[in-house]
Amino acid sequence: MTSTDQTRFPAGGVSAPPAGHRPAGRSSSRRAETRRKWYEIIGLTTPALVVYVMFVLVPMGFAVYYSLYRWRGVGPPTEYIGFKNYTLAFQDPIFLDALRNNAIIVFGSLLIQGPIALGIALLLNRRFRGRAVFRLLAFVPYVLAEVTVGIMWKLILAEGGTVDALLRSVGLGSLVQAWLADLDVVIWTLLFVLTWKYVGFAIILLLAGLSNVPHELTEAAAIDGASWWQTQRHVTLPLLGPTIRIWMFLSMIGSLQVFDVIWVTSVPAIRSLGASGTMATYMVDNGFFARLWGYGNAVAVILFVISFVAALLFQRFILRRDIEGAITGRAN
Amino acid sequence: MIMAVNPVHPPSAGRRPVSWGTPLTYALALAVAAVSIAPILYVIVGGFRTTPQIVADPGGLPDPWVFDNYTRVLTQSKFWQQAFNSGVIALGTTLGVVVLGLAAAFVLARYSFRGREGLYTFFTLGLLFPAGAAILPLYLMLRDLGLVNSYYAVILPQVAFQLPLTIVILRPFLSAIPRELEDAAAIDGAGRLGFLWRIALPLSRPALVTVGVLAFVASWNAFLLPLLVLGDVDLHTLPLGVQNFSSQFSTDTAGVLAFTSLAMLPALFFFTLAEKQIVGGLQGAVKG
Repeated sequence: MTSTDQTRFPAGGVSAPPAGHRPAGRSSSRRAETRRKWYEIIGLTTPALVVYVMFVLVPMGFAVYYSLYRWRGVGPPTEYIGFKNYTLAFQDPIFLDALRNNAIIVFGSLLIQGPIALGIALLLNRRFRGRAVFRLLAFVPYVLAEVTVGIMWKLILAEGGTVDALLRSVGLGSLVQAWLADLDVVIWTLLFVLTWKYVGFAIILLLAGLSNVPHELTEAAAIDGASWWQTQRHVTLPLLGPTIRIWMFLSMIGSLQVFDVIWVTSVPAIRSLGASGTMATYMVDNGFFARLWGYGNAVAVILFVISFVAALLFQRFILRRDIEGAITGRAN
Repeated sequence: MIMAVNPVHPPSAGRRPVSWGTPLTYALALAVAAVSIAPILYVIVGGFRTTPQIVADPGGLPDPWVFDNYTRVLTQSKFWQQAFNSGVIALGTTLGVVVLGLAAAFVLARYSFRGREGLYTFFTLGLLFPAGAAILPLYLMLRDLGLVNSYYAVILPQVAFQLPLTIVILRPFLSAIPRELEDAAAIDGAGRLGFLWRIALPLSRPALVTVGVLAFVASWNAFLLPLLVLGDVDLHTLPLGVQNFSSQFSTDTAGVLAFTSLAMLPALFFFTLAEKQIVGGLQGAVKG
């Protein structure tokens, strides 16, 4: 990372005299200062660097290594099988179902949460008494733990539970389903739960973005006789572009990794039939609980590569102008 | 959806008066609020019923109200212990994230040296690493290090995965502190470390609170990592507790509702306290 021989003298500083002729005084005190600067740089960054490398980067490296072995997790891996774990995964219909479920969640989140959140954010950006309370209430689902949300909806959606009773009481009894047990329905139920949980996050981001839209612009539009809706459509929305794209990015990466809500709402049988499992639940089921460590790590690498490629493509083609510097590293 | 034209305000009005909105605004806002909190209220209120009441009439109100479920959870379950474990882990994570993140972000913001941008990019790469994908090798590593079944097994990886975002949020904040303040500190005989401690730290408090709250909430809600590395029931955190309780006492619907409600309350409380801070912190982050 950093090496001490990169010391630079300030521009226009004295050129280093030939070795052996160093007079004591200015240049040696400057050297001492440079040395201290490097001590500070190294001292302040090392703890973060060590923790980050050790617990983020090293495990990913090991995932790649383990994925090339058939390994039950006892002793060092010895049975090298190349890419067999990867081909096995792509031949397993349950893994392919998990990929499909992840795709449903990614696109479902983007296409459903985005418009809903935008509508609510524009509404809650209007100035009216009590607005702060409504904002707080709209954010509440986002703060709850995924597990709590999952258990909560599991209880509400239970067969013969509240949702069913509610539907019957308004004469829609024919719509009653085995919400979390019907193989064809469960993924859509889960998409609903995820939407309920995460739409608040989109709203927070969009409201933050909206607060950066200068009042002068919307006021000018109003003076020109634009209706509220026209103002939003032609002035506010275009200025929200960067915020919307950042949300899309975060939502996409989050959707690829969904685990908690799925794990606690659907029983292993439903997951293992492919109806509701995602890449992450498939990875934990196989790698951790079935102790197929080599195989599980291969799934981890696939999950990582898909997220990474999706992130890079999104950044390359859509996010680029918004976060120039945030990820590519050219600050300011 | 055509709504009333915004009232026009004089151009230089400082704080604009807040008016009552239209009835349509309130109707829509109420609908949003209802969809958000009705399920939560259902769970909380449901905890005041008995299981037979719930089975007989899933959508009804408590009649009579019973407090037994809540007292049972608070006295007989491991709720307090799990809340304590969650608290220790969340505080440890927050402290680690803030201290390590501030130190690294300070160097990246206030020192000029070769390789600085490279180092920053190296940290920000972490934003692209999905935490979930590294969980299996992470577990194996923690097992080999003998850390499984300890608070550290959760705290250290959580700090690590939170660092990239923390550095991305803190760096611009620290960069924005005027050079003159640093020079003034130098004249007063403070080195750069003195500047960090006495000036940069207090000035960047809002950003520190933002990253701290984000780390705290993420840790408080975490499930997958604790699920794998905390096999010891006495170390279980609240999310694990909620799941255990709900599967162990699945027939005791009222009890599960009460446990779930109690597990929600701390998060709701923190969030209410910190909501402005989170939104304020994000405003800087999403500036186009």
